[in-house]
Amino acid sequence: MNINPTIVAHLGLIFVIFNMLVLSAAFMVWMERKVCAYIQDRVGPNRVGFEGALQPFADVIKLMFKEQLRPKAADALLFGIAPVISACAAFAAFSVVPFGTETTLWGLLDVPIPLEVTDVNVAVLVIFAITSMGVYGIVLAGWSSNSKYSLLGGLRSSAQMISYELSYGMALAAVIMLAGSLSLREIVTNQAGYWWGFIPRWYLFLQPLGFFIYMCAGVAETNRAPFDFPEAEQELVAGYHTEYSSMSFALFFLAEYVNMVTVSAVATSLYLGGWLGPFLPDWLQWVWFLVKVFLLLFFYVWMRWTLPRYRYDQLMEFGWKWLLPASVINLLATAALVLWIG
Amino acid sequence: MDVIAFYLFAAIAIVSSLLVVGQRNPMYSVMLLITSFGALAGLYVLLNSPFAAVTQIIIYAGAIMVLFLFVVMLLNVPREESVPSAIAALVGPTGRRIGAVLALVFGIEVVWALSRVGLSWFAQDAQGESVKDVARIGSALFRDHVFAFEATSILILVAMVGAVVLARREH
Amino acid sequence: MVPLNYYLILSGILFAIGTAGVFLRRNLITVLLSIEIMLNAVNLTFVAVGRYLGSVDGQVITFFVMTVAAAEAAVGLALVIALFRHRETLSPDAFTALKW
Repeated sequence: MNINPTIVAHLGLIFVIFNMLVLSAAFMVWMERKVCAYIQDRVGPNRVGFEGALQPFADVIKLMFKEQLRPKAADALLFGIAPVISACAAFAAFSVVPFGTETTLWGLLDVPIPLEVTDVNVAVLVIFAITSMGVYGIVLAGWSSNSKYSLLGGLRSSAQMISYELSYGMALAAVIMLAGSLSLREIVTNQAGYWWGFIPRWYLFLQPLGFFIYMCAGVAETNRAPFDFPEAEQELVAGYHTEYSSMSFALFFLAEYVNMVTVSAVATSLYLGGWLGPFLPDWLQWVWFLVKVFLLLFFYVWMRWTLPRYRYDQLMEFGWKWLLPASVINLLATAALVLWIG
Repeated sequence: MDVIAFYLFAAIAIVSSLLVVGQRNPMYSVMLLITSFGALAGLYVLLNSPFAAVTQIIIYAGAIMVLFLFVVMLLNVPREESVPSAIAALVGPTGRRIGAVLALVFGIEVVWALSRVGLSWFAQDAQGESVKDVARIGSALFRDHVFAFEATSILILVAMVGAVVLARREH
Repeated sequence: MVPLNYYLILSGILFAIGTAGVFLRRNLITVLLSIEIMLNAVNLTFVAVGRYLGSVDGQVITFFVMTVAAAEAAVGLALVIALFRHRETLSPDAFTALKW
């Protein structure tokens, strides 16, 4: 039987990427608790493993052994499927993100494979489409739990997500205009090179407003502070995942962190030059990608524990009355810039 | 390989659509229709049209169905529905039997008609492959069909205003 | 390679299912869902024939059909909400006031 080594390499790469996402969610749990602790002038978890590094694994084991509850009046099928939809959408959105140039695995392969799951010529739209499917997990969770906190939390959360999708899409459209392509790999390779020898040609410098809009919309899309009113403990118990326990709750948790990682990874590819960076050889360029994604994730956590939470009507007003016009202005300015420079 | 994928997606689309029409719970109907849209998006990808597939997911499954879902949740649509006596004869057992026979005859006729026409294989791959190119779609949209594009944007504005006015609570 | 007939037959079946839903269901929302099924069947025909002829016009037209379907769904659902507020029921047989 002749097994094609390229297919084996692809499958291995997909396996590695999947595990990397799961481990990054675990890493995010640890980083969040440590950063939160140091911001609040305390130490955080430091018992389990060195500096608490094994704390996320302890959390997962605890969650796995908890009892799985379901309210009697909850719709069984939708209640069970909602966290699955959230988690699947979160993982699937990462499938078109590239994180390195082609590699031949140090000569093991004849044909080099690019470091990503797949590259579609409409990659940016695929990410947009799959993140808009993630809304369903939240809506169904809120509805099927048949409890008032869940329903309110679910409705508010999904309304917030679909409102901020508009600004998200327009910020993406401005970058697509600059790059002339919808494929993330081509957008990153268009950012190669330097101006005047030392400033990298990242779209961040051409689109500062666009980057700000994208990060705001991304934070609102992932339901993180300061836009996490639907999950605020003081107002809504726990919003749409009030009635969930054990592995279903773990799936929602996982979906939230993987969504954060995806938003950061797409932001790096679009605005921060992806895997491009100085001093490293071609086959190590993915290290730059990880560094940039880590910086954005640190920024996410930092914002959560520093800024106060927006009230729901303030949140919606910001999304519709400030962010959306700003993204339209950004799009028009970018169009004028592209026409003028040619 | 393509044929297997086609049969899989076609089966999912047909079964989901049948269940949308057939079963009673409106919430399940909406979710099943989303599944059907996903299967159709898969078929578009098989047809070398990833742009149509992605727009299908974004617009249909991501926006229109969320609207339906919100309305179903807001109105708390009842699960059962009663059949008034006027049409009970139509949907009773006799009516269903006659309807099923007629539908079957119609279906066989359509399938037979569509398979004897000489449309078989697709155009040369080079010409057919190029429908994947988004730049081509963009230039067709904004050059040949620009009037329809602008008219559609006004249509959406009118629909938006109309929906807000219609659904407003009277004071 | 899948022949074009297969796509056209599938589209015909989906359209028939949608039509059956519009005629047979006694719930306004399910009627609107069946109309969406019919529009999707038409979209499939457009994309399939567009691919067959090597022209992007198929996808462009589906873009317009989707947009019009969105507008129609929005207005239709607004009407359903207004009707529901009036009569507290979603059965089309309750709204027969204009019949002679």
